[in-house]
Amino acid sequence: MNIDQVMHTFIAESRELLEQMENALLAVAHDGPDAVNAIFRAAHTIKGSAGMFGLDPVVEFTHVAESVLDKVRDGHVPVNDALVALLLACCDHIGALVDAVESGTLAHDASLVEAGAPLVAALQGYLDGDGVPAVAAAVATAGNPAPLADGMREWDIQLRFGADVLRNGMDPLSFIRYLAQLGSIIRIETLAERLPPADEFDPESCYLGFRIGFASLETQAAIDGVFDFVRDDCEIRVEPAAAPAPAAVQPAPPVEVPVVQAVAPAAEAPARVRQQQEKRTVRVDADKLDRLIDLVGELIIAGASTSVVARRAQIPELLECTSTLSGLVEEVRDSALQLRMVKIGATFNRFQRVVHDVSRELGKDIRLAVNGEDAELDKTVVEKIGDPLTHLVRNAMDHGIEAAEVRVARGKPAHGTVSLNAYHDSGSIVIEVADDGGGLKRERILAKGIERGLAEPGRAYTDKEIFNLIFEPGFSTAEQVTNLSGRGVGMDVVKRNIVALRGSVEIASFEGAGTTVTVRLPLTLAIINGFQVGVGKSVFVIPMDMVEECIEFHEQPGCDWVDLRGQPLPYVRLREHFGIQGPAARRRSIVVVRYGSRRAGLVVDHLLGEFQTVIKPLGKVFAGARFLSGSSILGNGDVALILDMAALFTSFSDLESPRV
Amino acid sequence: MRVEGEMTIYRAAELKPALLEAVREHAAPRLDLSAVTEFDSAGLQLLLVARQEAARLGKHLAVSAASSAVRDVFALLGMDLGESAA
Repeated sequence: MNIDQVMHTFIAESRELLEQMENALLAVAHDGPDAVNAIFRAAHTIKGSAGMFGLDPVVEFTHVAESVLDKVRDGHVPVNDALVALLLACCDHIGALVDAVESGTLAHDASLVEAGAPLVAALQGYLDGDGVPAVAAAVATAGNPAPLADGMREWDIQLRFGADVLRNGMDPLSFIRYLAQLGSIIRIETLAERLPPADEFDPESCYLGFRIGFASLETQAAIDGVFDFVRDDCEIRVEPAAAPAPAAVQPAPPVEVPVVQAVAPAAEAPARVRQQQEKRTVRVDADKLDRLIDLVGELIIAGASTSVVARRAQIPELLECTSTLSGLVEEVRDSALQLRMVKIGATFNRFQRVVHDVSRELGKDIRLAVNGEDAELDKTVVEKIGDPLTHLVRNAMDHGIEAAEVRVARGKPAHGTVSLNAYHDSGSIVIEVADDGGGLKRERILAKGIERGLAEPGRAYTDKEIFNLIFEPGFSTAEQVTNLSGRGVGMDVVKRNIVALRGSVEIASFEGAGTTVTVRLPLTLAIINGFQVGVGKSVFVIPMDMVEECIEFHEQPGCDWVDLRGQPLPYVRLREHFGIQGPAARRRSIVVVRYGSRRAGLVVDHLLGEFQTVIKPLGKVFAGARFLSGSSILGNGDVALILDMAALFTSFSDLESPRV
Repeated sequence: MRVEGEMTIYRAAELKPALLEAVREHAAPRLDLSAVTEFDSAGLQLLLVARQEAARLGKHLAVSAASSAVRDVFALLGMDLGESAA
């Protein structure tokens, strides 16, 4: 077994556990004991695993946090805001320690210890004296990292202590405590059936036995060695768990005394859960997945050119083969892309923390409502959307939501709500960040826009145009934060990031009622179903999900809209738009596309049909090209350009397009 | 009944009659362990025997409160303290 690999797993698992811990901490107010148990288990597992690797700083720190959690679990320490905030800080610190483990700087990074010291001190405040000796004990074990066998083994340990153990000054419990340092006790059963009736009971004799399910990396000899001191007058049996224990030692059915039996809640659950997960999921490097997707892309291009050749050759068998092949390639593409799809829920959950921290910071009572966590999107998109979303959420909290007094005066609930919502819509994922705050102040934004030369005085602007001003680069300066109750801080950066993902962002706001920012992103950045159209000799690709229908085009001079079943439909001539030379085809068509709530037509020469399209980024030379989001290689080796719908529709916004 | 101080091998002999007496004399024996400073196997046995005796007499020995020393042992053994609201 490669130690690096194991370490890698430890780091990945610890991060997951920390995330769980954080979520549980944030849910503790309404989930109560369940959440506390989850937090405790996460801390306990991290400590245990860190101990196996001899990562003393992690063990030491986590142990203190765990001890406090244990008290919380027992009800000795009440859960309150201050404690949650402290434990969240501890989560972060453990995360920092894990990061240090990953970069290999854990051993000689004094600043981490310094950073941890105030937290430890605060935690110690929650502990009374008896938490401290355990720290020493835990560290002592961690100091001798267990040799790495083939992972954990489960042992079945039967203990039957001799009658004189207590009189000899030994306490069976201390052996069990020591045992717990070598691994984790999965279950423990106290065998009390040898207790005599009260009158015959000698309080100084030991009648107890234990049956322990124990998971450890230690060898049988090492576990056996725990009981060396009492070996002489005790029955001790350590066996691998697989072997069924001999019937004779099974606890006799309780007659009068119930055999007290329970599971150790701390240790058992994670062990089991981990076992199940190992069976059901495989960790794969994201790089390997990306490579797979690249290959699938190449496969699609190669498949397309095969089809072209087959069609030209007109061999029926070959045509049949290529059609089966392209069907399979399509399925492979879908499953490969599916591998990279992740639920947005994990990203949303991170915002619980952001909202918690920021609302404390701002002194506002703000709650986060989350909807549509199950909506899936490409991992690469998820990674890049985190920062812009954080910005939007912070903005909503900072500038959107008013102070409690103002809210109450306006007849709103004192606590503000920021909501995150996600859903799929025509090949895109839509993420809404909404707040129920004061809304944007139209006039002040316009005034600011005019002052900065972004808007012309005296011209009539629509709400949308005015709100869009806040995405302008010049609009975000520090003074606005104070004298403009709207947004404006770094919104241009948000927009730039979203546009870079071929997405778009819109704002809707009602003064006094709140603001909704709608971010629309493509589901994937790699491969799409494309609808190919020809204009002159050029081929363009429109994402298939956005195509609604195709209609015939009749030239009406001086008119840039058509009547689509009683609705006006604005259109653009792609030929003019891209300055393509040559005479237009005799019969032209309009492709009706929808983006969000708007519809428009694109006038093209030929309709070529639906093809799989592997998106290749445009070279730097084309960085300035608007309306194009990428290129794709066709089956015959030609290059097609992929139309950027978000940009095209932005250019439509002058034409008042009808709402669907 | 309230136990104070150690509940260990050192006081087991002294505590046994007191505990059993409490169990036998009260209809609903109730044990307050909140002032127990140390708790070992002998203490655990005592508690189990007292419970057993209560069960024999058709009663239930309730633990109304327990100190952290007692709780630690029960947590270690994964046992239920059988606590009842005080």
